[in-house]
Amino acid sequence: MTNAGTAIKFQDVSFVLPGGRSLLANLNLQVEAGETLVLLGRSGSGKTTTMKLINRLIDPTSGKLEVEGKATVNWDPIQLRRRIGYVIQEIGLFPHLTIEQNIGVVPRLEGWEPERIAQRARELLNLVGLDADLFAGRYPRELSGGQRQRVGVARALAADPPVILLDEPFGALDPITRRGIQQEFKTLQQELGKTMVFVTHDIAEAFVLATRIALLKDGEMILLAPPGALLDSSDPEARAFAECFYHGQSIGRPA
Amino acid sequence: MTLFDFFAHNGGELGNLVLEHLFLVIVSTGIAVLIGVPLGILLTRKPGLSKPILGFANIMQTVPSLALFGFLIPLNIYLFNVKIVGGIGARTAIVALVLYSLLPIIRNTFTGISNVDPAIREAGRGMGMTDRQLLFQVELPLALGVIIAGVRVATVICVGTATIAAAIDAGGLGRYIFRGLRANDNVLILAGALPAALIALAADLLLGYVEKAIQAGAVLKASSHKLLWSGAIAVLIFFAVAYFFLGKSAGRIAVGSKDFTEQVIVGEILAQAIEAKTGAEVVRRFDLGGNLAHDALIAGEIDVYVEYTGTGLLAILKEKPLADPEEVYRRVKAEYAQRFKLEWTEPLGFNNTFAILVRGDDAKKLGLKTVSDAAKVSAQWRAGFGQDFMSRADGYRGFSKAYGFHFEATREMDLSLTYRALAENQVDLIAGNSTDGLISRYGLVQLDDDRRYFPPYDAVPVVRQAALEKYPALRGVLKQLGGILTVEEMRKLNYTVDGEKRQAKDVAREFLIGKSLITGESLAP
Repeated sequence: MTNAGTAIKFQDVSFVLPGGRSLLANLNLQVEAGETLVLLGRSGSGKTTTMKLINRLIDPTSGKLEVEGKATVNWDPIQLRRRIGYVIQEIGLFPHLTIEQNIGVVPRLEGWEPERIAQRARELLNLVGLDADLFAGRYPRELSGGQRQRVGVARALAADPPVILLDEPFGALDPITRRGIQQEFKTLQQELGKTMVFVTHDIAEAFVLATRIALLKDGEMILLAPPGALLDSSDPEARAFAECFYHGQSIGRPA
Repeated sequence: MTLFDFFAHNGGELGNLVLEHLFLVIVSTGIAVLIGVPLGILLTRKPGLSKPILGFANIMQTVPSLALFGFLIPLNIYLFNVKIVGGIGARTAIVALVLYSLLPIIRNTFTGISNVDPAIREAGRGMGMTDRQLLFQVELPLALGVIIAGVRVATVICVGTATIAAAIDAGGLGRYIFRGLRANDNVLILAGALPAALIALAADLLLGYVEKAIQAGAVLKASSHKLLWSGAIAVLIFFAVAYFFLGKSAGRIAVGSKDFTEQVIVGEILAQAIEAKTGAEVVRRFDLGGNLAHDALIAGEIDVYVEYTGTGLLAILKEKPLADPEEVYRRVKAEYAQRFKLEWTEPLGFNNTFAILVRGDDAKKLGLKTVSDAAKVSAQWRAGFGQDFMSRADGYRGFSKAYGFHFEATREMDLSLTYRALAENQVDLIAGNSTDGLISRYGLVQLDDDRRYFPPYDAVPVVRQAALEKYPALRGVLKQLGGILTVEEMRKLNYTVDGEKRQAKDVAREFLIGKSLITGESLAP
C-alpha cells in the first residue's frame, strides 16, 4: 500500500469532445498517496470527466496524466482499472450475481482461489457494516439503497487497490442514511489509508471526507485547498458553495 | 373415418412424421441460434451493420417459401467437400427454415444486450473487465431472458413453416396436410395440422417457462454457464453431423413426383417397374411442390419424374402454345435435350388436360361427341367452372369464343365441387381435369376438343441423360412403360386412391401386375 509520494498527477490535462466542446481545460493537480481529494462542483463542471481520465475510460486530448508515476496512456487499461477501485452513483451491481459474487468480481478476474474470494467477500461485508451471514447469498434487488451502496464500496475494495475513485457514491440516498454512511465511510477511510478521489456536489459531504477540496467550474479548477480555506475564499463560486454550507448547517441537523 | 380412428390406425407413421418434424424444427432453430446470436452480438459492437443485417433478415421472412426453395435447390455450395446448400430434402428445408427464423433471434439478442443498464456496463468496464468478459459475464446473462424470448418466437414460426418442408420431400407433418389438401380430405389435413399446433404450443409453453424463470432471477450460476456453452457446442456438433449425412443417395436411382395424387401413382409405377426390371435400389422423392420437381431434376437430386408436354412447353420453356400433340412432344424433346441434357422418353398414353364434361345420359340422348356438338344445343344450359378456369384468358373467355358458347348461366365454384354439381343436375356442363377419378365415378362423358382449343398435356417420363448412361437398363424399362396408361385407366387409378382411400403404392403394384410388367412375387412384401 502506497502511503508516501504522489499517486496521481495531472499536467495541463484537457479533454475536448470530437465536436469541439471542452469538458476539462488545462488541469494541473497532484493527488498525494493516502489523501482523500474531493472534486467539488456543480453538474457539468468536469468532475466526472476528471474521474474517467484516471481509470482510462477516456484519454486526455492534450496534456499528461500519470498514475503511480506512469502515464495512463502507457498503462494497459485493463491492468490500470484493476488497480483502481471504482464506485459510481448508480452503483452498477450485477443483478444476476449474489452479493458475495458481486464483491468477488475483480478477484475472480484476477484469478484468485474461490475460497480466498469467499473469505475476502465476508471480510469486506463485515467491514462495511453488513452481516456476512445474512447478506452474502442475497441478490442486489433484495437490498435497500444504503445497503447496496455499502456493497458497492466493498466491491471496489475487493482486490485491495491502492487507489479508489468514488463518483457521487451516496448521491441517490436519502439525507439521513447519507449522513450515517458518510461518517462510517470516514472511519473506514482512516482505517484503510487508501488514496481516494471523491466526486460530489454536496459541500457538507466534502467537509466530512476531504483532505483537500478541488473546486471545479466549467471544466476549470478554480480552487484547491483544505476544507477550511474554502470557506474563507473570496472566489464567487467558492462563496456560493460556502453559503450552502452555512445554510445547510443552520437548518440541517445539529453539527 | 374420424380423426381418432385415423390416429389409431396410423400411429406408427404419425410418430415418424412427428419425429421428422421435430428434427427439422430443432436442427433449424439450433442453427439459427448459432448464427443469430453471434450476429446480434456483432450488431451491438458495430451498430452500422444493423441496417443491412436486420434488413436482410426482414426480407428473408417475406420471401414465399416455394420461391425460396426454387432458388435454393439449384445451388451447389460445398463446405469441406460436404454439400451444405442445394438440392431437395431436409438439407434445403433446413436452410430455408434457418433463414425464416433468424430475424427474431438477431433482433432480440441485439435488443437484449442494448437494454442492459449503462451503469452496469460502466461498472464492469471500470472494474477492468475486457470486452469479452463484459459480454460473457454480464451482458449475455442479463440479456438471456430476452434472447430466449426471441428463440421462442423463432421456434413457433419454425414449427408452422416446417409443414412446407413436405413440398421438397423433407418430411414432417406437412405430408399429411399436403396429402389432405390434395385429396380434399379434412381428416388428413387435421391429422397433420393438429399435432403441428400441439408441438407449437408445447414449445411455446416450455420456452416461455424458461424465459420467465430466467427473468425472475433463477439465474444460472457462473459454473453452469460453462455447462450451457459446452451443451450448446455438443448440440451443434450433433446437428452438424446429422445435417451432413442427410440426403445422400449415391448409387441409387431417385424417382420424383409432383404433389398430386396422379403424380404419386405414376411415380410409384415408375419406381416399382425400375426396381423390378433393373434391380437397382430406388429412392422415392415424391410430393415436390410447384415446379420443384424440374429444379430437382436439373440439380441431379432426382433422376426421373413424369412431366406433361404442355407444362414443359409453356411453364418451363416459356414458349407459345401449340395445338398438335406430336409437335409439342417433338419440340420439348429437342429443347430439353439441348438445354438441360434431359430426355423425354415414351409417352405413358394419357393426356391430362382440361376436359369438357357432360352427363352420360345427356350425351347419349343428344348424341354429343364433340365440344362443337354441345355448343349447338347449349342455349338453355348452365355451366360450372373452377375459379382458375374462369379467370384465365385461355380459360372460359377464350374457350366460349372459340366454340361460340352462349350459356344461360355460368357458375363459378371450387373445381372439386363441379363434378358433383354436374352429376346432380345443378349445372349441365363443366370443365374438369381429364384424368379426374370422379369422371368415371359419376358416369360423365368427356367431349372431344375438336377445334383443339386446349393444349395437349401428355404425360411422359423425363430422365437425366447421365442417369441413362449410368443405368443402361433404365432406357428399356421406360420404353416398356410407353402407352400403358389410357386416360380411362388413369381416372380409375386416381379414383382408387382419392375415392377409395387406397395406398398409391398398392394401386401401382396391382396395375403393374395386371399389365404383366412385374410378377406378384418379384416384389418384397
